[in-house]
Parts: sequence; C-alpha cells; structure tokens
Amino acid sequence: MTGAAAMNSNMIVVDKLRVRFGTNEVVKGVSFEVPAGDCFGIVGESGSGKSTILRALSGLNRAWTGRIAFDGADVTPNRDKEFFRKVQMVFQDPYGSLHPRQTIDRILSEPLVVHQMDNVERRISAALTEVALPPTVRFRYPHQLSGGQRQRVAIARALIAEPKILLLDEPTSALDVSVQAEILNLLADLRERLGLTYILVSHNLAVVAHLCSRLGVMLGGDVVEELTSQDLRAGRTTHPHTAELRALSVDLEEAS
Amino acid sequence: MLVDIENLRISFTTRTGMFEAVRGVSLKLGTEKLGIVGESGSGKSVTARSLMKLLPDNTQITADRMTFDGIDILNADERAMRAIRGKRAGFILQDPKYSLNPVMTIGRQIAETWRTHKGGGKREAEEASIDLLDQVLIRDPKRVAALYPHEVSGGMGQRIMIAMMLAPDPELLIADEPTSALDATVQAEVLRLMEDLVSRRGMGLILISHDLPLVSHFCDRVMVMYSGLVMETLDASELSKAQHPYTRGLLNCLPSLTHPKERLPVMVRDAAWTEA
Repeated sequence: MTGAAAMNSNMIVVDKLRVRFGTNEVVKGVSFEVPAGDCFGIVGESGSGKSTILRALSGLNRAWTGRIAFDGADVTPNRDKEFFRKVQMVFQDPYGSLHPRQTIDRILSEPLVVHQMDNVERRISAALTEVALPPTVRFRYPHQLSGGQRQRVAIARALIAEPKILLLDEPTSALDVSVQAEILNLLADLRERLGLTYILVSHNLAVVAHLCSRLGVMLGGDVVEELTSQDLRAGRTTHPHTAELRALSVDLEEAS
Repeated sequence: MLVDIENLRISFTTRTGMFEAVRGVSLKLGTEKLGIVGESGSGKSVTARSLMKLLPDNTQITADRMTFDGIDILNADERAMRAIRGKRAGFILQDPKYSLNPVMTIGRQIAETWRTHKGGGKREAEEASIDLLDQVLIRDPKRVAALYPHEVSGGMGQRIMIAMMLAPDPELLIADEPTSALDATVQAEVLRLMEDLVSRRGMGLILISHDLPLVSHFCDRVMVMYSGLVMETLDASELSKAQHPYTRGLLNCLPSLTHPKERLPVMVRDAAWTEA
C-alpha cells in the first residue's frame, strides 16, 4: 500500500461511513481523520448520529459500510481481541456502565483477564493512582462511590488494557460542573502523559473546545462542518447550524 | 407574598440514623422568577418538594414559618394540599417521559387536568386543551392532541407538560431541572417559553437547576445552595459580581467558549461553608 507514512500520522481514519437502522440511514457518509495524539470532537443535537458513529468505531454496531482504519490498519465489522485492547470507550452514565454487583477490583481485573495480562495486582493499583482514586476504593461497590468517582473508575477500566485510543461519549454530561472540571483536567493530563488519541462526543461546545483541537458539527447524519476549536471560539463558522449552536452557547456564557 | 419560608429544616430517617438534607433555609417569593442552584445533594429539590409536601414518609419537616399565599403548609392536611397541588401551584419535573401517562393521548391528559380543576364539559375541555397546546407554541395542536407521549420528542413533551400545568391557571410554577434532558437548542426554546408565559400571566416561578449561567439567564434572583444551606442570594444580573467563594467556584470551573482556559480551576471546598 502506498502512502503508508501519511497513514501512520493519522491514528483514526473514517471514510464515507454509513450506518443504517432498517430503512433509516442515520449516518450518511461521514469522513474525518484524527492525527495520533490529537482529540477530535463531534457535536450535534440528539438524533444527529454522533453517538452512532462512536458505536460503529468501537465495534458495538456492526451494521456499517465505508472505511474505518485505526493506526493504519483497516478494520472489519467483526473485531479481534487485539482491537479491543487498543480502542476503549467511556460512556455517559457512570451509574449504568459499571456492574452493580462487582467490586471495583473485579471490574478493573476483567479487562486484564480477557487480555491475559500479567501483574494484575500492580496494574490495578497503578490504574487507580492514574485516575487519582484512593486505594481504599478498590474493594468497594459502585453504589458506594459518588458520580465523579464512578466516572474515574470507568476511565481507569478503559485505561487498564493500555489502549491507544479512547472514545468518549458525553463523559461529563451526567456530572456536576465542579466534577466535570476535575474529569476534563484528568482526561487532558492522561492524553498528554500517555500519548492517547481521543474522540469526544458532546453537545456542550465549551467542553469540546476545551479538550479538542478540531471538531465536526453534525446535523441529520451528516458532518456539515469541520473546523478548528480556534475558529469556533472566534466565530469563524461557515454553516448556519454551527453558528446557531455557537450563538446559544455564547449567549448563556454572557449572562454570567 | 406568594411563598414565605423561614428557617426550613428537612431531615430523613435512614437505616444508619438521621440525615439533615436542608438546614435552615429561608426564602420569600412574590410574582417573580427565582432560581435555586446547587450541586447534586445540595437540598434544592427537597426544598421545593417540601413546599408541596411531596416527600416520603420518613421525612421530618420543621420551620418557623412556611406559607403559600397565607396558607400554613406545615399544618395543612392532605385535603388542603390537594387544593393547592396542580390547581394553584404546578410542578414540572426533569423528564416528560416519566411525568406523562404513556397509555393516554396528550389531548385527553390535558383535558382531564382542565376538567379536574375547572369543571366544565367534555367538548369544552377538548377545545381548551387544543388552545393550551397552541399557547405553548405547538404547531398543528389538533394533530398533537391525538398523539401518545412516546410519539413526541422530548422538547415537545416538556412543552406539553407546561401546557398541562398551566391549564388550571396556577399562581406558582415550580420547575425542577425542566430542561436537563433536552438538547441545547430545545432547552433555550422551552425556557424562553416558560419565562414568557410566567411573566405574561403574572405568576411566580421557582426554577431549580445545577446550571448557574442558564438559571441566571431566565430568572430575576438566584439562590445558591450547598450542603443544605443557602450560600447567598443575588440578583441574576449581578451574578458576575458574586461574592461567595462557592458561587465563584461554580462559575470558574465551567469551560468557556469565548474565554479559553489552559486548565480548569477545580473547586476547593471550605469546611466553613457547611457550618450552619
């Protein structure tokens, strides 16, 4: 394959991705690229298809067409185990995404068992340290933790298999703003320290602009505009929908 | 004075003992829009629910004074409360999906509310419900009246809830996180509608939310709560001049679109804030 060097610089390549539920096409030929170590944001209203893209990327939805490549290698709808080590996902609701009857220790050890990784003890305590949770959390159940702590556990679980890519689906929208700030700082630190590549889906433009350098704006299953966060902040938008979303966001900020 | 609360305390008896969720809250409300803001567990929802006596049996409510339009809520019996709930004070909750009856058409639900509080005939109630849907800016209200709740979007569902709450012409509207389940664009639309109707009808509004900028945008005054206590109450227009470090902390930790921050300041909590 030619142009291998160019491909290597892009950790994630999505080309003409289409996802259909029955006769209803919810993702209509979306293309974007994310360089290694970068964070790409996807914004849009509910039903615009942003989470559907993440689910196709993560292998949770197999009914897609088009091309998806991670780290220079195309993937098929069915993924091997190695893929799930490389790409991990963090969901919106930290209450729903952790097994209620497993201790944090058990939740964190599962990916290690699946991927037959060594040093289980050390890795679990390192993962907890990584997300700034006290070691005492390890033998608690999810219901004994606060929302922010649970989301830290979800991030620790995603990190424990040493992935290269994190797919983040509204990771802070169920949290209080004070906790949101802590989680966003944590995500920024981890990306820097571990050289991770992120895709962040959110309806909150300020959150996306804070964490990502570039973003795509979705409307009715299409990316109607792709722009840098700087252009978004400065109001250099080309599509009316982007301008509308930005105006709403700025309007509320100005009140305070 | 529509609502007058003095030194309200609410505690729950739990398996492990007593827990005091609200520790001496005082507030007065006329025909104005008051926002109550705080993080989860600050006691904001419990405060609003106590006003309608909508709290579980293991709750103890005490207050030096707690009145709604002169009626003593603390000593009012269930019968007196039923005359207030819905009729004189409407309550809008976060998710319309759970507040609406899933097996009844929207038109019939609104008509039922209207008839319960205003009496009148079936035909009259039907016409009133279509008029109410029209007032909350639903296009083609006749068609929507025939739909079931699962057939409408979240934003439309919340507008239907507002229509239903407005049916008996209440004097007070309490909205507990009315737009948290909605998209940003729809959120603004629903809040603007609510604000407009409340102002036009000369009602009182209590808007509960965790979103400080949002609330200050739509309210006259904002009350900031933390750990069952009122940290400060200020005019919405004065929010940028907030004095209390907790309010400042809430504002500072928000990422901003127009003022980029390299790193978000995190909330440093002072133990003194939790001392009543």
